[in-house]
Amino acid sequence: MSLVVQESGKANSGAPSTRGATIHPALLTFIPLLPFILIFGFFFIYPIAALVYVSFLSNENTFTISNYVTAFSKPYNQGFWNSVKLGLLSALMGAIPGAIAAYFLEIKGSVKIRRVIAALNGVLANTGGVPLAFMFTAALGIQGFITVALKYVGIDLYANQFSLATFSGVLIVYLYFQLPLMIIVFSPAITSLRKEWREAASNLGASRSKYWRHVGLPILFPSFLASFLLLFASGFSAYATVNALTVGNFPLTPLQIGGLLDGNVSATQLHLGKALGVVMIVISALAVVPYLLIQRRVARWTS
Amino acid sequence: MSQNYLKVKGLSKKFGNVVALNNFSLEVARGELVTLLGPSGCGKTTALRLVAGLERQDSGTIFLESRDLTLIPAHHRNMGMVFQAYSLFPNLTVAENVAFGLQMRKVDRSARIKKAHELLDLVGLDSQSARFPHQLSGGQQQRVALARALAFEPEILLLDEPLSALDAQVRSNLREEIRRLQLSLGTTTLFVTHDQEEAMSISDRVGVMNEGRLEQIDTPDDLYNHPKNVFIANFVGLMNQVSGTKTGKSVSVFGANLKVKNEVVTDGRVLVYIRPEFVELECTESDADAKVISRLFLGSVSQVICQLNDGTIVHSLLSSRMSAEFAPGIRVKIRVNEDEVLVSNG
Repeated sequence: MSLVVQESGKANSGAPSTRGATIHPALLTFIPLLPFILIFGFFFIYPIAALVYVSFLSNENTFTISNYVTAFSKPYNQGFWNSVKLGLLSALMGAIPGAIAAYFLEIKGSVKIRRVIAALNGVLANTGGVPLAFMFTAALGIQGFITVALKYVGIDLYANQFSLATFSGVLIVYLYFQLPLMIIVFSPAITSLRKEWREAASNLGASRSKYWRHVGLPILFPSFLASFLLLFASGFSAYATVNALTVGNFPLTPLQIGGLLDGNVSATQLHLGKALGVVMIVISALAVVPYLLIQRRVARWTS
Repeated sequence: MSQNYLKVKGLSKKFGNVVALNNFSLEVARGELVTLLGPSGCGKTTALRLVAGLERQDSGTIFLESRDLTLIPAHHRNMGMVFQAYSLFPNLTVAENVAFGLQMRKVDRSARIKKAHELLDLVGLDSQSARFPHQLSGGQQQRVALARALAFEPEILLLDEPLSALDAQVRSNLREEIRRLQLSLGTTTLFVTHDQEEAMSISDRVGVMNEGRLEQIDTPDDLYNHPKNVFIANFVGLMNQVSGTKTGKSVSVFGANLKVKNEVVTDGRVLVYIRPEFVELECTESDADAKVISRLFLGSVSQVICQLNDGTIVHSLLSSRMSAEFAPGIRVKIRVNEDEVLVSNG
């Protein structure tokens, strides 16, 4: 706490002293933020700092980079590649149809349909983990009811080596929550597009495609990118669903970290899991860079 | 003025079961500024949007000289439009906004930038050309929208209540600016507003609309002094409604017999419509018609508000010098200084 101290000349002027502890205005604005800063510090900054620190320790607690050397070697580098690929593909496959669906829902959909879809999306986007894996196994597993029903009409899903425990299988399962999530997070951007802009563009001689090229898409792009990154993060770091589907056998970084922490795999380096975690944090942070660059450009016309 | 530049004939438009426009016809001469005036929901904006091509009519035709625009999409009509507000593209600078129409017409970059600066100069905003819309005030944004609508030299300028979101002072300045630009560029203009002062002050002709129909279209003078019906009389300017007795083609009110303009009402008790400037007052103690209840000083003129013995309120517009003697509480005799009046069944 700081004290506002009177200037020495004034203090000696003979006027009644008003000296006392006064809270500095800057501190007054800081105090309400204190709970947030404490939580942020304890549950975000401190664990990351600790993770980074430990990731550079050897089994004997001396400094080493061997954890990172191993992290970028087989099979862990394959895990990173699969996780990034899964994050990007599931984000892309959720983001594009999700954005189009959000547009048609917000612009063309009736209030009733919008309400029903919003409620449905809320449920779907938050369904994950073991229940989601079970739902898909019950529906599309080898003995799943859709698989069996399709067999009755002559379609064998498993004839071409389809499996929920493969990359494409996991991708399909991820779409279940990525698509609704995109509709939820992208709809506000669609509603912020003013009808006047479309009409003004048309009046000024722009066809529909030119309106989208010059006005609609540039306005929506930052929101699209932000939504895409959210979907990427959600796909990149998802653990429980894929763990349940593949019994932890699929080479994805979150599963590899899980395995190392559980001690289910034989690893000679105690802190390898921490190094994998740090690399995941770095990849997530790097993914935000394009968004920050776009956001800097957009800030000129939004703030 | 030959009124055959823009010809709108028999336009009708329904939204669900609501009739927005009912057999609406209008002709506008080249270089003329015509205003559509009317209360909310009268169909004036629908008419403008049909002319712009932003809505599709159920029936009727729109011609620009000999060119049939009825089925032409908005982006091929070559009409500039200024909306109520918020129509500037937020991702483009002021200059890029103004040059947008030229860009769509594939005018080369240097020519369109030059034209954008010319137009911005005309509206006094050239110094703001590199800014983004959110950095401008509401009035400045509407000026930019006006420059944008004029930049590609449209065949018609359409103004959809462009001043309604602005404060009074800005509104008045921009109103004058619109008229100045319209006259100097000679752009045929169709203006929509619900503000009669706005309509009367800048228009060559004003069309008053009601329930999807054009009730009367005339010069502001004629509209005010010779309203065709009671709706126009009541809607345009301040109008007194007092009780009178009609016999044949004359009506007796305040002891005078005046000619009746319209012939549609039956004899007997009627409502007589008299403008405040035709109501003269005379102080009297005996034989008074009314009592002064207040006097509003409006500068060179004042409005004296009187209450008749039956409770009806009557407004009189007098020069401020003459009105000084009519203090609240004074009893007055009323004279009507008009030969012909509109009446309706009371």
